[in-house]
Amino acid sequence: MTRKPQKTKPTKVKMSKKALLEIKALHVTVDGKEILKGMDLVLNRGEVHAIMGPNGSGKSTLAYAMAGRGGYEVTKGRILYGGRNLLRMEPEERAAEGLFLAFQYPVEIPGVANTTFLKEAFNAIRKHRGEGELDAMQFLKLVRQKTKELGISDDMLRRPVNVGFSGGEKKRNEVLQMAVLNPDLAVLDETDSGLDIDALKVVAEGVNALRSPERAMLVITHYQRLLDYIVPDRVHVLAGGRIARSGGKELARELEEKGYAEFAEAAA
Amino acid sequence: MAVTAETAKTVNKLAEQKYKYGFVTDIEADTAPKGLSEDIVRFISNKKEEPEWLLDWRLEAYRHWLTMAEPKWAKVRFPEIDYDDAYYYSAPKAADGPKSLDEVDPELLRTYQKLGIPLLEQERLAGVAVDAVFDSVSVATTFKKKLEEVGVIFCPISEAVREHPELVRKYMGSVVPYSDNKHATLNSAVFTDGSFVYIPPGVRCPMELSTYFRINAENTGQFERTLIIADEGAYVSYLEGCTAPMRDENQLHAAVVELVALDGAEIKYSTVQNWYPGDAEGRGGIYNFVTKRGLCRGRDSKISWTQVETGSAITWKYPSCILEGDGSVGEFYSIAITNNRQQADTGTKMIHIGKNTRSRIISKGISAGRAEQTYRGLVKVLPTAKGARNHTQCDSLLIGDECGAHTVPYIENKNMHSVVEHEATTSKISEDQLFYCRQRGIPAEDAVALVVNGFCREVLQQLPMEFAVEAQKLVGISLEGSVG
Ligand SMILES: Nc1ncnc2c1ncn2[C@@H]1O[C@H](COP(=O)(O)OP(=O)(O)OP(=O)(O)O)[C@@H](O)[C@H]1O
Ligand SMILES: [Mg+2]
Repeated sequence: MTRKPQKTKPTKVKMSKKALLEIKALHVTVDGKEILKGMDLVLNRGEVHAIMGPNGSGKSTLAYAMAGRGGYEVTKGRILYGGRNLLRMEPEERAAEGLFLAFQYPVEIPGVANTTFLKEAFNAIRKHRGEGELDAMQFLKLVRQKTKELGISDDMLRRPVNVGFSGGEKKRNEVLQMAVLNPDLAVLDETDSGLDIDALKVVAEGVNALRSPERAMLVITHYQRLLDYIVPDRVHVLAGGRIARSGGKELARELEEKGYAEFAEAAA
Repeated sequence: MAVTAETAKTVNKLAEQKYKYGFVTDIEADTAPKGLSEDIVRFISNKKEEPEWLLDWRLEAYRHWLTMAEPKWAKVRFPEIDYDDAYYYSAPKAADGPKSLDEVDPELLRTYQKLGIPLLEQERLAGVAVDAVFDSVSVATTFKKKLEEVGVIFCPISEAVREHPELVRKYMGSVVPYSDNKHATLNSAVFTDGSFVYIPPGVRCPMELSTYFRINAENTGQFERTLIIADEGAYVSYLEGCTAPMRDENQLHAAVVELVALDGAEIKYSTVQNWYPGDAEGRGGIYNFVTKRGLCRGRDSKISWTQVETGSAITWKYPSCILEGDGSVGEFYSIAITNNRQQADTGTKMIHIGKNTRSRIISKGISAGRAEQTYRGLVKVLPTAKGARNHTQCDSLLIGDECGAHTVPYIENKNMHSVVEHEATTSKISEDQLFYCRQRGIPAEDAVALVVNGFCREVLQQLPMEFAVEAQKLVGISLEGSVG
């Protein structure tokens, strides 16, 4: 893979000391088709940014490329995470370093109890950080506390990961995992889709509880509604493979009214 | 470790007994010469001080064996076996083993550590000659007492031949006749060790026979023979094998296991087979050609086989149930994992004879690397088996592009008042699932183990509790190196 080292001046890293995530001229190809065509984004610690954009514009592609999913090939550009080259890391290393992706379509794993899965993940991350693993009792206590906060039943903990969960339950489960794993950078890919009003509030509270000056979040959504609860610092429109426009939280309202017509050209 | 006076005494006593029954003085050699002949069969029988009838039975088996052809129908490939290039009897010699763990293959030790096996037991499994054996013997004696109190007989089969000849004579060969197949016939002629279990009427065996067996399995032989009888209303759970790979230089293994359940009796037989599978290129490794069969002779009797097969270069194995008693139940739960160049052709046979007999088959096959695996199952319903029911669920999981999985069900239904159901699925391990796990911080190999364990859950649940945990770890270990 070819990168452009001449652009990586050491001063740049210093300048953006607060930046947790820096995406520079990112190009991503999926199945031979270029989806992201030079996208830029800087996300500082303590900030929440929203990404909006028409269906198929590449929002999930961006999330997957960040998380390191196979088949999402970065052909150009770079992603720095805490000043480090994120693209050099294995997916599990990215996760252990604090990157969390709430999936647009959470995956079912038959036969594996939700708690078992969560405990494996939790302890794998602790191990990576050189911390001791929690035993079953300690872990259960931690999870119970989070499930209570998020209104998730014990039954959901015992059942196999996402198997037979309703659409809304799957999304809540993603938020539970996020709450337990305590990431530095959370990417939420349409976590609000398919949620009823009450669930939306619960999810938003879960996300807000995680907001801190040290962390940052990238919230992918189609709806202004979520942003009433999770108020973003910046809103970006992804169209035509790059950020076509950025603005404050009022941009979301504008998009809700006018749609993406103005970006049709960029997308074409 | 200090050996208490008590233990030392017990050991001395055991040593005396061994001297008393162990070896005939007129044959000095500890190892029979290479090759197979009537003389070798006599030699073995003589070493074991066997009665005339057993020697005759062995000889009949041997003569029959000479006329038999190798079974060729299984989907496994290996060079012709030279039966004359093997030893059929050698007395265990502690001195042959490594002197300490430093001399043991580090690869083997790594696996033991992963399984969390205590050091003492690691030494025993690796065949290290140590004082720790004293300890095992005393534990074994305690168990033995507890079993004697309720009348359970559990001993080496050669001891049963001496102490309980009427039982052995009545049941041995009654489920797997010596003429059954070439491997079973060879076993009948030359078997040297194995276990015998008898549970008297109405007795529920007070412990898993696993713990005891594990401690005593110092020499799991090449031609084991096991016979388990549960008398009316009796119950026993028996566990064979060990999650830890055993040190073993014999290439050909041909065991026979016979189970007999009388009226209302239940036998649960669990196996974890983890013999050396050969290296990544398929060099070395055990040929495991086993004949296991249970006979539900009594009404409402039940035999349940659970197996976790991860070892051996070649596995050829079909634990079966003959459902003779009305209302009897047969079960087969199987996990077979093949990696690298391993080959497995395994499955079961359920033969429904009695009325309202039921059988259930759940088979989970996992193939990785360049391994080949076949599920081969027969469900046969005879005209007498009115109201018989069978349900078969057969799932295969492929890891990578170079392995193979095949499902070969045979259904012979001769009774119209019966129900036979067969479901089969084949899938590739899901990249989505693996990525999901990895995104949560779980390393790739652990992710494979987690997903595969989930795939096998229904079968793992059938294992005795303490063993299920080890078996889960074993699943992960067996699949090491299967993801790039
Ligand atoms: N595995 C794939 N093979 C081929 N094309 C793909 C694949 N994955 C994504 N694409 C294509 O990439 C484009 C971007 O998809 P992506 O899922 O990133 O869009 P999105 O912005 O998340 O859309 P939505 O709002 O509907 O979730 C789409 O045209 C999609 O069809
Ligand atoms: Mg999407």
